[in-house]
Amino acid sequence: MAKARVKAPKKAKAGDIVTIKTLITHKMESGRRKNKKTGEVIPRHIIDKFTAKFNGETFFSSDWHGAISANPYMSFSFKASKSGEFEFIWHDEKGEITSKKSKLVVA
Amino acid sequence: MKNVKSKRGWKLTSIALGSTLMVGAMAIEVIAKDWGSHEVDGRRSGYTYMTDETRAVQDDNFENPGMLWVENGEALWSKAGANGKSCASCHADPEKDMKGVMPAYPKFDKRTGKMISLEQMVNRELVEKMGEKAEKFDSKKMLSLMTYIGNISKGMPVNVKIDGPAKPFFEKGKAFYYQRRGQLDLACSNCHEDNPGKQIRANTLSEGQINGFPTYRLKWQKPGSVHRRFRGCNKNVRAKPYKAGSDEYVNLELFVKWHGRGLPVETPAVRN
Repeated sequence: MAKARVKAPKKAKAGDIVTIKTLITHKMESGRRKNKKTGEVIPRHIIDKFTAKFNGETFFSSDWHGAISANPYMSFSFKASKSGEFEFIWHDEKGEITSKKSKLVVA
Repeated sequence: MKNVKSKRGWKLTSIALGSTLMVGAMAIEVIAKDWGSHEVDGRRSGYTYMTDETRAVQDDNFENPGMLWVENGEALWSKAGANGKSCASCHADPEKDMKGVMPAYPKFDKRTGKMISLEQMVNRELVEKMGEKAEKFDSKKMLSLMTYIGNISKGMPVNVKIDGPAKPFFEKGKAFYYQRRGQLDLACSNCHEDNPGKQIRANTLSEGQINGFPTYRLKWQKPGSVHRRFRGCNKNVRAKPYKAGSDEYVNLELFVKWHGRGLPVETPAVRN
């Protein structure tokens, strides 16, 4: 199970542009490496989709392909207008989903 | 003091020789930079040889991927072993109890009559106190515990004891450091004392300081132990590496740690 870290502000003023940082543990196996002993190709296993939602509505998403490092870091901005809840979702190629929630209060 | 003088002397000659070349100007620029606590008496942490971008990743506690292992180690601290005891059973306040541990290892161990590295100490505790199996140096569990213990001492100066019973082992480590080895016939010192700051293929040579270990190496895409790094270096000079945890590497670790005495612990450092 992948372990995720998210740094998102808890409070903001309406109209503020806030920065959100995310990090997840994942080996992001490229599918190009070989097992040194047997010579067999290690099958590809990466996170292929990342989505950030606010109150259930997607405001940021990205498709990931090969050549992204292990333990990928992703940072992006969000314009705060009302209070609500963030949800960050990482979709793994094997169907494993990791998600993390964080609340935002807009004063 | 002698060491410092010779280092300065080397720097000055390198400027004099390089002044007719383009690199001369660059060398002066690098020397003039103030590295704060990352430079002690002319000894510079590997941090100072990294690019600005890599340094920024290390400095940001969130962005630093090594912190994931630190968090994992923190969780493992209170996880009970096979006999129901956890690290926290004896060391209830790791932030206090484990402070200053990383900068002081390897230490002389009375029981075996030789040096013991921190990994070996952790293994001893795991086996004898918690009824667990011994971990490999680069297993996830070991790296998590090591980065966690190291991170508690972050910023403290490296300070290993090399006198008294540790003296003969220090001498052995020193001999290893200056011994040429492998098909390339290179000693550790040929790169890390004679040529830091210069390029070796696409890499910049550092002084080979180990104050940031276990280090998150971008090439490895995970943290790694000092002994893994030693093995890599030995392989690169086409020498047959020793095993992680071997007496040779523990003694070498003692010498290299002393080599970077006074430098701050940076665990988990980020290097390329």
